[in-house]
Amino acid sequence: MTTGRTLTLLTVVALLAGCNGDGETASTPDTLTIVSHDSFADGVTDETFAAFTQETGIAVEVVAAGDAGGTVNQAILTRDNPLGDVLFGVDDTFLSRALEEDLFTPHESENLASVDPSLVLDAEHRVTPIDFGDVCLNYDIGWFDDAGLEPPQTLDDLVAPEYAGLLVTEDPASSSPGLAFLLATVDRYGEDWPGYWESLVANDVKIVSDWDTAYYADFTRYGGDRPLVVSYASSPPAEVIFAEEPLDSAPTGVVADGCYRQIEFAGVLANGDYPEASGELIDFMLSPEFQAEIPTTWFVFPANEEVELPEVFADNTIVPGDPASIDPAEIAANRDRWLDLWRQVVTP
Amino acid sequence: MAAGGDTLTIRRGLWAVAAVPVVFIGYLFVYPMARILWLGISELRLADVLVETRLLRVAWFTLWQAAASTVLTLLVAAPLTWAVSRFEFPGRRLAQALVIVPFVLPTVVVGTAFAALGWRGSVWAILAAHVFFNVAVVVRTVGGMWSRIDRRVEEAAAMLGAAPRAVFRTITVPLLRPAIIAAASIVFLFTFTSFGVVLILGGFQYATLEVEIYRQAVTLFDLPLAAALALAQLVGVSALLAIYSRRQERTASSLVLASETATRRRPVGRTRATVALAVAGTLGLLAIPPGVLVARALGHDGFGRLVADDPVVGRPIESVPTSLWFGLAATVIAVVVGVCAAYVVSRRQTRLSHWFDVVLMLPLGTSAVTIGFGFLIALDVPIDLRASLALIPLAHALVAVPFVVRAMVPLLRSISPAVREAAAMLGASPGRVFRHIDLPIVARAALVGAGFAFVVSLGEFGATSFVARPNTTTVPVMIFRLLGRPGLGNFAAALALATLLGAITALAIIAIDRFRPGDMGTF
Repeated sequence: MTTGRTLTLLTVVALLAGCNGDGETASTPDTLTIVSHDSFADGVTDETFAAFTQETGIAVEVVAAGDAGGTVNQAILTRDNPLGDVLFGVDDTFLSRALEEDLFTPHESENLASVDPSLVLDAEHRVTPIDFGDVCLNYDIGWFDDAGLEPPQTLDDLVAPEYAGLLVTEDPASSSPGLAFLLATVDRYGEDWPGYWESLVANDVKIVSDWDTAYYADFTRYGGDRPLVVSYASSPPAEVIFAEEPLDSAPTGVVADGCYRQIEFAGVLANGDYPEASGELIDFMLSPEFQAEIPTTWFVFPANEEVELPEVFADNTIVPGDPASIDPAEIAANRDRWLDLWRQVVTP
Repeated sequence: MAAGGDTLTIRRGLWAVAAVPVVFIGYLFVYPMARILWLGISELRLADVLVETRLLRVAWFTLWQAAASTVLTLLVAAPLTWAVSRFEFPGRRLAQALVIVPFVLPTVVVGTAFAALGWRGSVWAILAAHVFFNVAVVVRTVGGMWSRIDRRVEEAAAMLGAAPRAVFRTITVPLLRPAIIAAASIVFLFTFTSFGVVLILGGFQYATLEVEIYRQAVTLFDLPLAAALALAQLVGVSALLAIYSRRQERTASSLVLASETATRRRPVGRTRATVALAVAGTLGLLAIPPGVLVARALGHDGFGRLVADDPVVGRPIESVPTSLWFGLAATVIAVVVGVCAAYVVSRRQTRLSHWFDVVLMLPLGTSAVTIGFGFLIALDVPIDLRASLALIPLAHALVAVPFVVRAMVPLLRSISPAVREAAAMLGASPGRVFRHIDLPIVARAALVGAGFAFVVSLGEFGATSFVARPNTTTVPVMIFRLLGRPGLGNFAAALALATLLGAITALAIIAIDRFRPGDMGTF
């Protein structure tokens, strides 16, 4: 009897709460929540969204949900009752899956006019490009000077005898730059890419599980024995910013050929309560104010072309003119097969 | 009539005590796991799994490397365990605290150290790392028991003419067996579900089931296959645990335990050299990888950077209080749940309590990705815990409870019922029996468990890395953050912070070891 009454009461309360929630949809929320991968959440401080909060009165919270793949998968699992209002950090390699699962409500940002059209991959605007990063070969300038060797210029150079045993890269199954490098070779060599990898293996390429290991254990700059590493175009400026002693110029350089462009998108989560306010938040993330902070905070490049790069970026790296990129649908359709094939090629 | 009433009270009390761990494990583990596994399995086509012979290889590798790691860890840990639990010498407590440091170091940091030493890319590197991480489990779990075995039992045997080796084999080992089995099962579970170590040190040729589940669930988003693998992992782990649990019960012997101060003595003569060698040798070996870290951190002023203001990550040192608070909360939860659970498991020996014991251990042997995904789809009712701050210490406690239980059950079972009965006969109420007979032993074992709970939380262990969480910066998160960016300064600061994490752990363990209830060992 008591249980029955309690249940009825709970149901009524729940219904009321539900009605109340629906009623609120039209008005503005107190807080919007962004679900994102750890590396974005790591860079967020009290200042990051202060201007947005000041303007709209809406506070912004960030929920970290693991790596990029994990974040998208979590969003898919919680589609009916999402963890937040906006998802940030879908990249082109996971985009297709996210779109197939109907994760997003379309929102055409008013700031899209300032964005390079090649970054806009979804014509329906379910996702909006916020930043991009190029995965590129980095080389240790000092090592190549000492060895009296020119750094490689192209992907083809990497299989030449003089560059034998110099490259370390990452496992594409466990590492995002590793996957980008594999995709760069797929883009360049088409169906022949396994042949290219066979040559890389013959030229003693070293493969490790993740970027941290490649960069901090195998790269010559950190005591390893590989002066060439698959890293980011933003790594040399980072070397300057985080140098032990102030540096005039970066100790590492970027090879312009063989880069792969990773684009990161944000989208309004389909079952969130506040689609309109969420859209405004995405507009803010594309605004010059927010975009200007992107390079030195997350070490990627702003999607908004009106934003100038900080000097340390302009002086020490390049934005490759024609980086590799592959259609997200093609990646989704082939990723599994490519990874299996890759594993067969590189496993002795 | 009075006696019947007492039994009823005890039984009711026991059910009330059991409710705490049942609700905890049911809500945070059984329910989410059931939801996520059902979601995956319901869409599974068995034919897809069976054609993957690769998976069989993965399963086999997972099993044998875990078995090998467990045996090696027991062997490497044996001399140090013997030395710190049987002898009193200057620096014993420090040695006992230092051995636990590897346990909290983030895998990625240790991976860097191993890589710098050239230990990488082979099965041996994986096994060495597993030993490195888990020696503490054996030293503390087995040592906790060993330090309480009355020396007079062994001396009596020796007096009767048994050679030292025979005494060890026929007296010491049988008495220690429950603790050895407890330690071995924890090490086995940890290495069975090893993720980071295998990924970073094994190179891409090696994969455990845990790595494969991650790959299927996150990279390929093949939930059905991932769920099938997770279920296989769960079934395998449960079967092993059931065997262990049964054995442990059968070999548990009631004995009158002695106080530690009575069993530890100063080593003399040749024993002195052996003890010194056991301690210095083991710690020396374990110190190599952290030594590399400290040297590299010092070489680039990493410690200076811990207090310097970084525009992006703030002051790295500020992550320390956050971690300590989470650690404290997780410890309190784990000890409350663990003590209740251990009490129930050791007092009732029915099939039900038997399975309960197994289920309590399961979180240690379950894929972290699966638990994380389970949380996501299950924990939004009655309140939405999924992205709440409270989920972090709860998830830490889930992993820590097995440590508390395993540290306590062997000691609780060893309390001779005769002592309890004698007290009751002399007119002591059940509460009083508990307070005077059980509590002193429970308190000691709970402290060992609390120590583990605290360091499990400090080291974070990846149990929570697949759980969505509010943006809070614990020490391991800060280390990942720093390591995720290029630049010597970041690298040095990350290593310095890892060193600091190790130091805090050692201090916490020393503090916990020093804290003893007043009436310990007076029975």
